[in-house]
Amino acid sequence: MEKLLSEFSIGLFFWQTIIFIFLILLLKKYAWKPILDAVNEREQGIKNALLSAEKAREEMASLQSDNEETLKKARLERDGLLKEAREIKQKLIDDAKNEANVEAKKIIIQAQETIESEKNAAIIDLKNQVADLSVEIAEKVLKEKLSDDKSQMSLVKELVKDVTLK
Amino acid sequence: MKNIKYSTSILFSLIFGLSIYASSSESISIDKPESKANKTSIKEYITHHLKDNHSYFLTYWKDKTGKKVYLELPLPVILYDNGLHIFMSSKLKHGKAIVESKGNFYKLNYDESKIYKTDKEGAFINQVPLDFSITKNIATIILVAILMFFLFRGLANSFQTNKGISSGLGRFFEPIILYIRDEIAIPNIGEKKYKNYMSFLLTVFFFVWFLNMLGLTPLGVNVTGNIAVTFSLALLTFLITNLTANKNYWGHIFWMPGVPVLIKIVLAPIELLGVFIKPFSLLIRLYANIQAGHIVLYSLIGLMFIFNNMIGQSLSFVLAFFISIIEILVALLQAYIFTMLSALYFGFAVAEEDH
Repeated sequence: MEKLLSEFSIGLFFWQTIIFIFLILLLKKYAWKPILDAVNEREQGIKNALLSAEKAREEMASLQSDNEETLKKARLERDGLLKEAREIKQKLIDDAKNEANVEAKKIIIQAQETIESEKNAAIIDLKNQVADLSVEIAEKVLKEKLSDDKSQMSLVKELVKDVTLK
Repeated sequence: MKNIKYSTSILFSLIFGLSIYASSSESISIDKPESKANKTSIKEYITHHLKDNHSYFLTYWKDKTGKKVYLELPLPVILYDNGLHIFMSSKLKHGKAIVESKGNFYKLNYDESKIYKTDKEGAFINQVPLDFSITKNIATIILVAILMFFLFRGLANSFQTNKGISSGLGRFFEPIILYIRDEIAIPNIGEKKYKNYMSFLLTVFFFVWFLNMLGLTPLGVNVTGNIAVTFSLALLTFLITNLTANKNYWGHIFWMPGVPVLIKIVLAPIELLGVFIKPFSLLIRLYANIQAGHIVLYSLIGLMFIFNNMIGQSLSFVLAFFISIIEILVALLQAYIFTMLSALYFGFAVAEEDH
């Protein structure tokens, strides 16, 4: 211990302390602070870069899933549209068919009615003509056969009675 | 021949700015074959090396006449003794000359590496002036400080010029800085307050590490193995710990929560003692480790000169080699431990009450 004390040099202690403190202050300002700041900045930069990369990846993934969903939706929509179109087409065809049927029936009925009324008219016309003809024939026959009016009339009446209209 | 030596010395001094001079006295018998003289001289050499020195001694050789020619860097001697006395250490001539400065006489005690006041004839009068000399250790500290400044300033600049990525030599130290932040500061001090202590921790780590490593070079400096240096470092840890301490820290020292009153009273002086012992252990640990490492390494190298046979010499060479490798590890380990424990103490000082 005594040897240590005798070896202790105040001058060395003095200079060492001053130089060392001076060195700390100098290095702090010109070296440690810029170095540590730069290192921190770099580490922060790396961290940020990693974070933003992660974010970008997530965004990408969500974008992809979005895309898929949209595609799915579009496909569904397309399917729906096609189905609807098919249905409309079927309906149109069916409607047209029905309408045609109805129209045809109507036309047929009208035709039948016209035929009926024409037939009736023709029958009446025929009846009238037959009556006229009959009367003319009878007149001619009677003119020849019957001399008197009496016998003539009775014959006519008898004849007309026998005639049945068909 | 002497002229050639001198011209080479002048050339050296021109290149390195070193002063080289021939000592007039007879040489100490460092390379005498007698092992006893060898042993004492090696012992002296080691003890001298472990101490601080007033000049930056590199090597010496002998010229033809047996004069020692020293290759060394003279450093300024600054003494405070009723006024400042400043002169270059080359004037001391390794304790063989009396230096006169402003009417006072000084002489170096070479064995103690201390400058004493003397009378005119050079007899020691038991007076030691306050010595603020830029010694070998201080010169090394300044060198390391400058080195550290440019190294880490370069690293800081490379971050800016290279868009946040370090380049150049400082790049090697970036992971170490991050290690100190992530493995020493944050776990011990906590995420919230570690930033305030980073400057000290980083500076102390690299300072101690570099000085430890320099101590293993042939420059032969022993800075961190000097009690004054470790004391200064530990004192800073002590001051920072206690000046930044919060209420909780002092509460744990003087009135330990969660124990009976009697134990509280017993614990208070122990804890108070602990406040001083903690940094004291820091200063002793670093000092003793580096000092011991130097002694062992130098002794093993010295053994090579004491042994006269090949087996002993090669054995001590292998030992010295392995000890050197271990010392490189110790240099890093001691810097780490000093930083780690400082961070731990800072952590105690700012710990929040949460248990």
